[in-house]
Amino acid sequence: MPQVVLRVAKPFMNIGRFTILMSSAFMSLRELKTYRQNTQIQMVRIGIESIPIVALAAAFSGAVTTVQTAYQLVSPLIPPKIIGAVVVPSLTMELGAVVTGFILSGRVGARIAAELGTMRVTEQIDALEAMGLNSIGYLIVPRVLAGILMVPVLYVAACVIGVLGGVAAAELTGAVSSPEFILGAREHFDIFGPYFGLIKSFVFGFLITAVSCHIGYFTEGGADGVGRSTTRAAVMSCVLILIADLVLAILLL
Amino acid sequence: MIRVENVYKSFAGRPVLQDVSLTIHEGSTQAIIGRSGSGKSVLMKHIIGLLQPDQGRVLVNHTDIGKISYGELRKIRRQFGVLFQGGALFDSMDSFENVAFPLRTFTTKTDQEIRQEVQTCLDLVQLSNVGSKSTSALSGGMRKRVALARAIALRPRYIIYDEPTSGLDPETSNTINELIKNLAHHLEITSIVVTHDMHSVLQIADHVAFIHNTRMHWTGTTEELHQSTDTVLRSFVKANEYVIGAQH
Repeated sequence: MPQVVLRVAKPFMNIGRFTILMSSAFMSLRELKTYRQNTQIQMVRIGIESIPIVALAAAFSGAVTTVQTAYQLVSPLIPPKIIGAVVVPSLTMELGAVVTGFILSGRVGARIAAELGTMRVTEQIDALEAMGLNSIGYLIVPRVLAGILMVPVLYVAACVIGVLGGVAAAELTGAVSSPEFILGAREHFDIFGPYFGLIKSFVFGFLITAVSCHIGYFTEGGADGVGRSTTRAAVMSCVLILIADLVLAILLL
Repeated sequence: MIRVENVYKSFAGRPVLQDVSLTIHEGSTQAIIGRSGSGKSVLMKHIIGLLQPDQGRVLVNHTDIGKISYGELRKIRRQFGVLFQGGALFDSMDSFENVAFPLRTFTTKTDQEIRQEVQTCLDLVQLSNVGSKSTSALSGGMRKRVALARAIALRPRYIIYDEPTSGLDPETSNTINELIKNLAHHLEITSIVVTHDMHSVLQIADHVAFIHNTRMHWTGTTEELHQSTDTVLRSFVKANEYVIGAQH
């Protein structure tokens, strides 16, 4: 096949391969009992171990959003409590999910691709298959399930810590007092915001883990191939998060 | 019995196996030899269904493994133990857990029974005291022996060795060869050894298949190998620093 045709066809081939991989993973759900322990391990690695970095990023995002909102809304006509009314929806609808997604693209996506890529090039995946084990079920299902289950949990943590970061920044800079900040947030609170954020985090959790699993599982070459897969997984996850963010906003708002 | 019938395989338009046929008899030790890149490992992967032929078929116990479901193929694979070239040990587990893994996954044995079984397997490969060692702390020879212990943990009917002595010093290679011989005898396993190490072949094999330029060039017993006048085969054997004539 000519090189040009191959280049044009490659993205479509990748989409096809991704669909087949995810279908196989879905079919493997019947054997979930076999992979239960591995799923629990992945939930700890993807979820619990990511809490510190997600918390740090969320706290700073909340704080910076508060400071910048206060800077832009300085006017005797606007009550300071509006800062809370702006910061909290920003966190629940956008920043909580997107910041968590970006952090996990680097931390979880790269790790999954490196793990599976190394397993591929050192024949560990072949060893699993040769034993009679379903490697997709054993390696991919637990990671994707853990992503889908744990990223929403991390999103909730990010929102709570982000708001606390915002309150702390408001107090420290004197832009608004904590009671006023919370009053503003409560007065303008819309339950749809957290729902929207949860849906996004669920989608991001799937995208990060599924795409990284796909890239890692089909790694070719040696250490160089693993390196390329790791970078690709992190970059692709970020790009897909941006696209999914826009698509969900158009569809749900 | 395993039969490979007229198998063709190519990657990106480049033929790797062409019209390859081979019969592996129950209880025998079959060596598959050939230069690096001649298609030996690809043939090995066809035998356990990790690769599907473009043409031809592979029969394991009279079952065409290309025509069965993935679930049935996995059941057939459980009759195999495979020692991969680099060992393919799971680096997220220590040596003990690597050997215990197939037992935990495919049997209902208790922890105590698994512990005993793992120790038996490690004893068989003469590595009684490495259980708690991380796989990264093992030498090349030890890695292969732990991988061998894992391969025999489920007492397979067939065991495939992919370049079992590559990268090892002569003494360790001899130890591995002895192990392969002993396991074949002790566990009554049918062994398939993919290698280009003629020293190994002469030590352990009953039958030899020589792949040259993607085709099955020669098959026969080890005795027949000694007497063969095939120039390509003799040249390969000589290149391995083994002069057939020197032994006769």
